[in-house]
Amino acid sequence: MLDVSEIQTFEHDVLVIGAGGAGLRAAIECSNRGMNTGLMCKSLLGKAHTVMAEGGVAAALGNVDRRDNWKVHFRDTMRGGKFLNQWRMAELHAREAPDRVRELEEWGAVFDRTTEGLISQRNFGGHRYPRLAHVGDRTGLEMIRTLQDHAVLKGFGIYMECTALQLLLGGGQIAGVLGYWRESGRFVLFRARAVVLATGGGGRAWRITSNSWEYTGDGYAMAYEAGAQLMDMEFTQFHPTGMVWPPSVRGILVTEGVRGDGGVLLNSKRERFMFRYIPEKFSVETAASEEEANRWLKGDKTARRPPELLTRDVVARAITQEVNEGRGSPHGGVFLDIASRLPAETIRRKLPSMYHQFKELAEVDITREPMEVGPTLHYFMGGARVDSDTQMTTVPGLFAAGEAAAGMHGANRLGGNSLSDLLVFGRLSGIGAAQYVRGLGNVPRVEEDAVRAAVRRATEVLNRDTGTNPYAVHEDLQGVMGRYVGIVRAEGDLKVALVELERLKADAARVRAPGASQYNAAWHEALDLRALLVTAEAVTRAALVRQESRGAHTRVDYPGERQEWQNMNVIVRRGKDGRMETEVERRQEPPKTLAAIAYATIEDLEANRV
Amino acid sequence: MSERLFRIWRGTAAGGSFVEYRVDVDPGMVVLDVLHRIQARLANDLAIRWNCKAGKCGSCSMEINGRPRLACMTRMNQFGGAEMIAVQPMKTFPVVKDLVTDVSWNYEQNRRIPPFRPKPRPADGQYRMRQVDVDRVQEFRKCIECFLCQDVCHVLRDQSRKDAFVGPRLMIRLASLEMHPLDTEDRVPALREEFGSGLCNITRCCTEVCPEQIQITDNGIIPLKERVVDRYFDPLLGLVRKVFRRK
Repeated sequence: MLDVSEIQTFEHDVLVIGAGGAGLRAAIECSNRGMNTGLMCKSLLGKAHTVMAEGGVAAALGNVDRRDNWKVHFRDTMRGGKFLNQWRMAELHAREAPDRVRELEEWGAVFDRTTEGLISQRNFGGHRYPRLAHVGDRTGLEMIRTLQDHAVLKGFGIYMECTALQLLLGGGQIAGVLGYWRESGRFVLFRARAVVLATGGGGRAWRITSNSWEYTGDGYAMAYEAGAQLMDMEFTQFHPTGMVWPPSVRGILVTEGVRGDGGVLLNSKRERFMFRYIPEKFSVETAASEEEANRWLKGDKTARRPPELLTRDVVARAITQEVNEGRGSPHGGVFLDIASRLPAETIRRKLPSMYHQFKELAEVDITREPMEVGPTLHYFMGGARVDSDTQMTTVPGLFAAGEAAAGMHGANRLGGNSLSDLLVFGRLSGIGAAQYVRGLGNVPRVEEDAVRAAVRRATEVLNRDTGTNPYAVHEDLQGVMGRYVGIVRAEGDLKVALVELERLKADAARVRAPGASQYNAAWHEALDLRALLVTAEAVTRAALVRQESRGAHTRVDYPGERQEWQNMNVIVRRGKDGRMETEVERRQEPPKTLAAIAYATIEDLEANRV
Repeated sequence: MSERLFRIWRGTAAGGSFVEYRVDVDPGMVVLDVLHRIQARLANDLAIRWNCKAGKCGSCSMEINGRPRLACMTRMNQFGGAEMIAVQPMKTFPVVKDLVTDVSWNYEQNRRIPPFRPKPRPADGQYRMRQVDVDRVQEFRKCIECFLCQDVCHVLRDQSRKDAFVGPRLMIRLASLEMHPLDTEDRVPALREEFGSGLCNITRCCTEVCPEQIQITDNGIIPLKERVVDRYFDPLLGLVRKVFRRK
């Protein structure tokens, strides 16, 4: 029997899993509060998915349009989330985002400037005013590098290329994490009083996704297996504009900043089709003609916003419909044109990495010709259910922040709100974890049987003589999710997906990785499959339960929002028999002051009458 | 679809050799796509480091037909029809396995750099910077830490002087701090004494391989060298410049 004391062991007050924006910010906060902090990440430092964020970080600084303030940001976020957001989280986010952005500047971030020398802000979908602080179209890189360089000076433990396999409990509370070093294949045990999940999303369960290989839903699966509740898992955001050609780059993100800077969507008949897809709720705030949209872009404050800047769910569905009705581009997308809207020099300056990306990967010069784009799985609004103020999940000592957590974005996230989410809730989760640790009486001890079982489960994959190919199982899963749990869903398809997922679970149970455990990509892939399958099943089951269409969740058999569902969250958790179960839970009534802001007219908000 | 011949270095720190793979290639593929196909079909345990597959994270650095490159940004159609494609790990860093190298030295160097130390905020709490001043630093901050410049640097690669020179990536990091409009730290003594600014002999190989097209040598290293020269080799001029030049 394996002697657990022989596994390399580290001890921390707080262990943060994931080193994107949320994880780095959480670890910095824990360290600032005197916690013995550890930070583990699957990749090298600075490579996490945050690095790919392009457009900007949303914060009501009011530098470009002085009418902006936290209330308008809050209202935009609630409207974008179809009022399913946790009210308190959306409030904290809108109130605290400006301070978090200014703090980044103090740590060395260099945002683009206004003519007065202040942090510049750009327009984005669903945001009433120019609100996104940005650095060209590489804001995520600026953010992660700033946090990374600030974090390494704190001197806390950083464990790179170290993957978390399982959360460890002691008497129902968090006691640690078992992981393995990717490089050596050796197991590593972290004894920790609190754990922050900052593991991002699970887009790799789909083939067409903007997500990198790391996005395998590790946090969702580990939280679920530790007994935590997941919430809102049916809300998976398809970003409207991913690359569609060539096939090998299908899904790679094209920033919303292209539309924010004036880019327009065209179908094969060269029609600006978005004017036909303006939802009633947004019609009073959206331009009625191309002429009005153009005036808005030039800064005319009496004009209304172009329909290309409607929320992502609306634009993604519109593109899907155009393609399905035969008005798509040659490779099954639509056209995104910036070339005819801005001078070439401006495009290269404002959108340098988009220019570069299309030139290098698709041999398209976006200053001369339109891009071809289509929806790509981008973001999970759902995740571990957390307390709005402390970010603690339903498991004592387990916290979650960023994409790993549910609640902030409701049924649909606005662009730019994720980078601010990472900063605001990364910090708050760090505060929450530190407070929890300070208040902890007896330190829970890791249950060693669980460690032995996890090690055995992981090493079996290497010891099999025959078995399934992990890459093939993963590809199979991506096909299933793309076909049956896509942008438009139906009960029949979702039920087929559940049957298919049972088959895939059986395949994954006998997966084999040939070779030794040292930097063995097949072994890593095999171990990620478990989390991918939990994630895929949670999304599918939750999607089956929600019988309406709201935000990013669209059911052909239940079109339109249904009032009764606005008051409901779908909870996913592990049942006593070990099988996944769902429950519909009634939401609490919103605080009156917040409801008044969210449902106010924009005129009343601007005049400060709310 | 066409069949291509790849030679991939397989091995560990203990040694290794090139192994040949024949694989079908689809239109539009980049080298990383082909490596993934080889991994899925022919060599399941092939070690590759990669993340974003869009040239934004700098993970998949390797040497392709002798040239340091990002595998995700190297399109297959730039190679002649019958050309064999040889792929090996970066030479300047110790091999972990196959195409993955141990780049931890770069992270250690970064930790040695005196950190950003901003001026106090003005009374209204708002830092003000002009876009033209910011442009200069933003060029350096485009760096995705792929370490291709470190791989190709003669001082690190051929002369093995990791003990004396931090390399182009860290020089760029130093430049981004030194030229930051809000920064108040003085790193000029450290540039000369600890980071080895004198060792770079300006061959511009680093600039050539930079996937972000940062003018590493001309805009970063040379101005830093000038600051060192001003300070240590022409004290009078140095003093004059110090007084009259904006930071």
